[in-house]
Amino acid sequence: MSSYPILDQKDTRSGFGAGLLELGRSNPNVVGLCADLTGSLKMDAFQKEFPERFFQIGIAEANMMGIAAGLTIGGKIPFTGTFANFSTGRVYDQIRQSIAYAGKNVKICASHAGLTLGEDGATHQILEDIGLMRMLPGMTVIVPCDYNQTRQATIAIAAHEGPVYLRFGRPKWPVFIPNELPFQIGKAQRLIEGSDVSIFACGHLVWRALQAAEELKKNGVSAEVINVHTIKPLDLDAVLASVGKTGCAVTCEEHNRYGGLGDAIAQALATHKPAPQEYVAVNDSFGESGTPDQLLQKYGLDVPDIVKAVGRVMKRK
Amino acid sequence: MTSSPSVATSPETTVSELQRIASQIRRDIVRQVHGCQSGHPGGSLGCADYFTALYFHVLRHDPAKWDMDGKEQDLFFLSNGHISPAWYSTLARSGYFPVKELATFRKLNSRLQGHPTTHEGLPGVRMASGSLGQGLSVGIGAALAKKLNGDGKLVYTLHGDGELQEGQIWEAAMYAAGNKVDNLISTVDYNGRQIDGDVDDVLPLGDLKAKWLAFGWDVLETNGNDMDALLKTFATAKSRTGKGKPVMILMRTEMGQGVDFMMNSHAWHGIAPNDEQLASALSQLEETLGDY
Ligand SMILES: Cc1ncc(C[n+]2csc(CCOP(=O)(O)OP(=O)(O)O)c2C)c(N)n1
Ligand SMILES: [Mg+2]
Repeated sequence: MSSYPILDQKDTRSGFGAGLLELGRSNPNVVGLCADLTGSLKMDAFQKEFPERFFQIGIAEANMMGIAAGLTIGGKIPFTGTFANFSTGRVYDQIRQSIAYAGKNVKICASHAGLTLGEDGATHQILEDIGLMRMLPGMTVIVPCDYNQTRQATIAIAAHEGPVYLRFGRPKWPVFIPNELPFQIGKAQRLIEGSDVSIFACGHLVWRALQAAEELKKNGVSAEVINVHTIKPLDLDAVLASVGKTGCAVTCEEHNRYGGLGDAIAQALATHKPAPQEYVAVNDSFGESGTPDQLLQKYGLDVPDIVKAVGRVMKRK
Repeated sequence: MTSSPSVATSPETTVSELQRIASQIRRDIVRQVHGCQSGHPGGSLGCADYFTALYFHVLRHDPAKWDMDGKEQDLFFLSNGHISPAWYSTLARSGYFPVKELATFRKLNSRLQGHPTTHEGLPGVRMASGSLGQGLSVGIGAALAKKLNGDGKLVYTLHGDGELQEGQIWEAAMYAAGNKVDNLISTVDYNGRQIDGDVDDVLPLGDLKAKWLAFGWDVLETNGNDMDALLKTFATAKSRTGKGKPVMILMRTEMGQGVDFMMNSHAWHGIAPNDEQLASALSQLEETLGDY
């Protein structure tokens, strides 16, 4: 398929809420925890239907991570919900010791990630969380790209044994992944086939990458677009096969240029098949208040930025 | 140049003058939040009287001599950073930056970020906040620096009541009492509300007064929407500094105070009024100093 029609406009966090509700109905071991952001995380439907399996922790994220870790002892599958900043940076050592090192089956579900949370500004716009979570041994890191995929991923991680970081966002965003497209943890999706450049993207920027590919096509550039929804473990085969064909890579993420998807791909290429790469990522800065579109533009994460990065990288082949 | 006059701070400012300033600050709050269709009017309105009393009567500060170190000035730290519109209005109206800049709140390239920050160099702000629970520790640090510098001025901090659910607050509480940080006057906006509902439903704080007393603080209680009571409480609080204990003011407020439809629930914690609601809100708040 070379084009993806917009099926709807929905926020990815609602995909999480929908997936969690389905899990509640199908798996009695699934429990939810939230730190005074039930509405923002779209966990209210789960809370309403399964009040005895929902734990309102209050504004106490460190406590939430510890309680979640404890709930796994006895077979529960805890899904914690708060903003991405308070899901990671705020509670790094609690995650590191009580969840990752202890090998506990906790699903850390994080909304309002990246710049696109908008007006709340830099204190809430974490751009370092993928890096933080990627560095933890045994942590699976998933960044789905739209509502449908976030719903699928939420359901999929319940069946995966081990700690998971699931990152999604606040704004309404195009829904374009058909429900029939299967989601498999660790398996990247080639959304557009191409031969000149491999564009690897995750999260909200997958849609931007698809738009960039359309633009490039008009200029006679054949871009392959790969949705790397699982950043760890990285789908090495998919990365190497694509770059083996195209000879260069552009990575797109709503994250700092350090530590995220770009670095994961760069590491894979450097150690297996060196090839030129360009980053579309935040250039080592904090964010600020603004609308999602304004911020993606100002911080260089928009369609023209991807197109330009492709131009640069192809010259380096 | 400001589009409307700022008000000079003076210890003689009377209760009725302060109430007039608070009314303008409340107008500024709802207009800022309406202007960008985001932000937190509820807690901001509830604390408008506190900010007015503090900046226009209590604090010994000179906006014209603002600098980061604030030596020989009283300092203030906002730990519940989401009520930034109240603080921004107060800072602008007391002369820290042009009042017209309030129109840029939460917009791209503004110094008035959604949550207060030092990153854009806004005068009056000495610490970033927004992630809750961190401001008491910062206040303690600044109070310790004052002691090291032989600076007899005071440090003030403000916190939400939901914010007290964060463990760091209690680490700080223990530290301040254990180390006799007695140049610190902290206040809790005890409005009984947070995002998901009433504090008692989300996670009850229990006997808050007994808790702070047990942690070794000197505790005062007041009505944060009664200017006269606030001034008296601040005076008492000041008189209790320097006596070996940090001072806590448990300040009862009404979320949304001054705008009838924003009161009596948690609903207006973090949503913006539409045009109609703005008009209704402004009709309840006298324009006393000139809108920005
Ligand atoms: C560490 C952290 N967790 C969660 C949030 C999201 N949040 C912003 S305001 C708020 C509720 C705060 O309640 P309270 O302190 O009582 O303030 P009020 O609602 O009364 O203004 C929450 C949970 C945050 N800003 N920081
Ligand atoms: Mg409150």
